[in-house]
Amino acid sequence: MGRALLIGRLALRDLRRRPVEAVLLLLAITAATTTLTLGLVLQDAARDPYQSTREATAGPDVVATVLPSPEGEPAELTALEALTGVAGVVDHSGPYPAIGAVMEVGGETADVQAIGRDPASASIDQPEVTEGSWVRDGGVVVEATFADALGIGEGDPVTLNGRSFPVVGVAVTAAVAPDSCLVPCYIGPPLDELRPEDPVAAEGIVLCSAAAADPPLDCVVQSPGLVWMTRGDVRSVAPQEEALTYLLNLRLDDPASAPAFAAANDACPPDQPCQSSGPGLNPWQETLEDVTENTRAAREGLVTGGSLLAVLAVASVAVLVGGRMADQSRRVGLLKAIGGTPALVAVVLLAEYMVLALVAATVGSWVGRALAPLLVDPAASLLGSAEVPPLTASTVGVVAAIALGVVILATSVPAGRAARTSTVLALADAARVPRRTAWLIAVSARLPVPLLVGLRVLARRPRRVVLGVASIAVTVSGLVAALSAHASLESESFVGMVSRLEDVRTEYLNQVLLVLVVMLLTLAAVNAVFITWTTALDTRHAAALTQALGATPGQIGLGLSLAQVLPALLGALLGIPGGLALVAALGGTASEVPAWQLLAVVPGTGVAVALLSTITARFGARRPTAEILQAELA
Amino acid sequence: MSDTAEGWVLRARGLRKQYGSGQALVRAVDGVDLDVAAGETVAVMGPSGCGKSTLLHLLGGLDRPSEGEVQLDGRRIDRMSERALARLRRTVVGFVFQAFHLMDELTALENVELPALLAGSSPRAARRRATELLDRVGLADRAGFLPAALSGGQRQRVAVARALSNEPRVLLADEPTGNLDSAATLEVLRLFESLHDAGQTLVIVTHDERIAATADRLISMRDGAFVDETRLTGGTTGQLAALVGLEG
Repeated sequence: MGRALLIGRLALRDLRRRPVEAVLLLLAITAATTTLTLGLVLQDAARDPYQSTREATAGPDVVATVLPSPEGEPAELTALEALTGVAGVVDHSGPYPAIGAVMEVGGETADVQAIGRDPASASIDQPEVTEGSWVRDGGVVVEATFADALGIGEGDPVTLNGRSFPVVGVAVTAAVAPDSCLVPCYIGPPLDELRPEDPVAAEGIVLCSAAAADPPLDCVVQSPGLVWMTRGDVRSVAPQEEALTYLLNLRLDDPASAPAFAAANDACPPDQPCQSSGPGLNPWQETLEDVTENTRAAREGLVTGGSLLAVLAVASVAVLVGGRMADQSRRVGLLKAIGGTPALVAVVLLAEYMVLALVAATVGSWVGRALAPLLVDPAASLLGSAEVPPLTASTVGVVAAIALGVVILATSVPAGRAARTSTVLALADAARVPRRTAWLIAVSARLPVPLLVGLRVLARRPRRVVLGVASIAVTVSGLVAALSAHASLESESFVGMVSRLEDVRTEYLNQVLLVLVVMLLTLAAVNAVFITWTTALDTRHAAALTQALGATPGQIGLGLSLAQVLPALLGALLGIPGGLALVAALGGTASEVPAWQLLAVVPGTGVAVALLSTITARFGARRPTAEILQAELA
Repeated sequence: MSDTAEGWVLRARGLRKQYGSGQALVRAVDGVDLDVAAGETVAVMGPSGCGKSTLLHLLGGLDRPSEGEVQLDGRRIDRMSERALARLRRTVVGFVFQAFHLMDELTALENVELPALLAGSSPRAARRRATELLDRVGLADRAGFLPAALSGGQRQRVAVARALSNEPRVLLADEPTGNLDSAATLEVLRLFESLHDAGQTLVIVTHDERIAATADRLISMRDGAFVDETRLTGGTTGQLAALVGLEG
């Protein structure tokens, strides 16, 4: 007990003695834990609005559809209605007719899928009206995301396949995702932009909008939005009765079994070409997946980014701890002189960083959880707002384990080294002898003075150089991955409703990417400052001596900057393939990143690190030369 | 050479260095006047903390005076920019420190060639000069050794060789034997004697009377000011070791 108290007291006192460093360390680890927590809980945060919408709209467990045959045969309603008698089905609504149509609003055209509904409420899938009223003859209700994308609302006039209707309301539904197909439709790049290697065959696709006046039966709408009308109005805009699609909403006794039910009763096996005229079934879980797809992508990015930040935090902590250990050698000597064992010394040194890690894990979990609702995809168009998700034991465990892992990884080497230091040497506060890298010293003799100084600074502390290279390599990897994701988002080309949704999606995911990039760059900048500062302090004596021997302050400053810039350039060069590998591991294609962006990363990194290190080195080298040289005698 | 008309290589007038203010004011150097002629060896003696090292730093342009002026090789250095001072240190001044101040990660040879490299000499010329100097201080066989593998006396001889790398007009030594035992002190004394014989101008700050006895002129310092000056004749020309009592 007394031992634990001693360790705790020593750790806390040392933290209080150096509050700025403690705060910086806390920030570095908290950045990683916050991002990780965000990634881990984001999916839960996105699930809430869908669930509340599903409850408010009596969302179906399964939506079954039958399409018209291209040969002009009507959809097989019998097969659809037979589903109501399958075991497990406890209720249904429909079948409802649906048709693909071309909508015109304010001189703009958009493909839509119009579902025919009754003015009376349905027991299953009764869309929740958020503006205006529900369908009535001669009036159309527009799905909220679509209305938002078009900028229309109650009272606005629209035409469907040439017939005029007023918008009587705006509503949301949990039955289908805003960008999914109910009627025969095509979602993808514009047909004229399709490349031979694209999986969708362009041949044979007839767009309804291309022949709006007299659309053929096998025409498809392209990336349609969703509207509701009365059954009669749907029939009135359909070119023929045979062009109608029908959909049926099913309630199961066990909603969780919806995927199994759908798989067992779908006329076509999933993800395979199918010519069957039988019903296709879509369980609510798939809709949830579709609705939260963007949030899922953001989650993947945040978890990956959080992991990169954790690696950067290791570098931050290692550099700071390494620098502090040099200052703490006398303290170590005192502890040993009064009877502290090497183990006690190591534990005391580790304890304060463990305290910081636990605080960072707590703060990171809380902040990440609180921020999660803000990062939920706004394009999901659901009722209710995302709520602060609960923190599960596994999330807390993962975040705490990573924070502690960061600290243990970064501090065990210097703590172990301090514990092994001779008591006499530690009490004498002897500076750690720098490493000698003979070949680098020999090479540097042939170079101009700033490079000579820079390379010799590098040669003194190879472990710190490795940390600097790793820090930049990790940052650049993250940056390249972010650039790739950004390029991929920007290159996707869609038309119609999907194009509008994609704009929102792109903006949303770009925002998430921006958050990640800013976090990465901030932590990398903190690392660069830490490394330069520690190097400036560590080389203070050597720099003063070199100045006494005739080097100018400018040459010393430039040398110190070069000692940061050279590893940074190497790190940037390594980070590019690292980033491309990361993209490949995440299933992306890095070829979309413009070459100039990849090339610009290297000099950009050099300039940024040069600026940061020059400013930091200037602060670190403020002590007069004579004072530094004299200090060794004190 | 650009000695002044009077033959002074180093001259200080009204030199002051103060730290702090009010009641905490410390006058480390307080109104010092000094002239050092070419080829002369001047020893400055005094107790610890009397301002000897500060004076040496001011004379070599490592520190700036609060008042007064310093002329080195005919140029006033107390108003020079840091850049100009650095250039001056490359060619005009050589420093020897009590704590040796060798770079731990460099061999003896690499330490000695460093000032020449900083001054822009070619690597080959710097290496050749460093080898000659190590030979001159009797350490040719230790050229590849790191400082940690050298004795105190050997380290100080390496430091002296380094200070001579660019053939400075003045060599400023700050307690050069302060960290050495008797045998090592003798090694360094012999080295300074040979430098004096070769016409090297030396200013040695020390509180060791044996070192002071080897100088042409001995200046006593107390509380930042010169309090006595004695011209010694035959100081370093006699039997040095016997004189300073290091040999029986």
